[in-house]
Amino acid sequence: MADPIHQFQINKIATLGHIGGHEIAFTNSALFMAIAVSGITALMLGATMRRSLVPGRMQSIAELSYEFVADTLKSSAGNEGMKFFPLVFSLFMFILVANVIGIIPYTFTVTSHIVITASLALLVFLTVIVYGIYKNGLRFLKLFVPSGIPIYILPLIVLIEVMSFLSRPISHSVRLFANMLAGHITLKVFGGFVTMLGGFGIAGWLGATLPLAMTVALTALELLVAFLQAYVFTILTCIYLNDAIHPGH
Amino acid sequence: MADGTRDSGDRENQPADEAALSARLRRLGSRLDHVGASRPLEGNSSGRTAADTSAMARGFRLSTELVAGVIVGAIIGWLLDRWLGISPWGLIVFLLLGFVAGVLNVMRAAGVSPSGKANNR
Repeated sequence: MADPIHQFQINKIATLGHIGGHEIAFTNSALFMAIAVSGITALMLGATMRRSLVPGRMQSIAELSYEFVADTLKSSAGNEGMKFFPLVFSLFMFILVANVIGIIPYTFTVTSHIVITASLALLVFLTVIVYGIYKNGLRFLKLFVPSGIPIYILPLIVLIEVMSFLSRPISHSVRLFANMLAGHITLKVFGGFVTMLGGFGIAGWLGATLPLAMTVALTALELLVAFLQAYVFTILTCIYLNDAIHPGH
Repeated sequence: MADGTRDSGDRENQPADEAALSARLRRLGSRLDHVGASRPLEGNSSGRTAADTSAMARGFRLSTELVAGVIVGAIIGWLLDRWLGISPWGLIVFLLLGFVAGVLNVMRAAGVSPSGKANNR
């Protein structure tokens, strides 16, 4: 109980097979990913099954999330960015649902592992590179050459711009992962204080109300962080995609 | 999404107030289209600052930007040292360049410096 890191342990649930001597296992992380994906699918299918002019509860949720992501994408990447809507919407919904599921006690937070967030960030990063080169050809490289720079410091600037570009997936993934990890550790530590103080009798029980109140407040904060980090991940994806679509201006 | 149901609903029942309702709906639809068309113009200016919703998220974003730049610089410098055998110099130069890139990232994220695409031709 006192170990706040224990919640991030990955346990094997079932073995699916072996590929090249590596075991492919169905872990608790995979289970909660599957829960998140099936939850989103159920929400979206359920909302679009019975469509009506005055939306019901489910349809409102689906329409609100669509509008929200579409507005975010349009405002930072323009109307051309809407061709990436499926990618951005999937990322947003997956991260949001995985974050929110993680707040429920006894669940596993998928996004608290850097493997997951780094894969998502690399997916965005490679999409930007591949689409940028496919769409703009070598003009995509103008992203690294700001105009109005004297020629003698241009090599230095280009080098710095390239490194700034390469650091994108790192900050993109670390932000989500670290926020979720830190929040869940804090929650667990305050939860541990409650049981530890509770062991000291009546005075302990009185003292334990303080960390208990803190835990309640932190849970609310975590809910905010869960949404905010999904949003920040999404808006940065949009900003990066904008660079792939319009590298020159 | 609701367009299909709206049209089919109109055709099914034809009483007079239904027709009035559908006329109102059409007017509302055209007004909404009008609003939607003008929205991207307003949205463009606030697109960048919308990410900075709460102060904590903003602070965290800036710090990760800086650290990411330094980490990239350190990795590139270390790899160059290994491949080219120029032992301390790659790390020294690229760590400094990485720091510069990190500061550039932070300034861009904070909106102090115009981003590369903003001041282009």
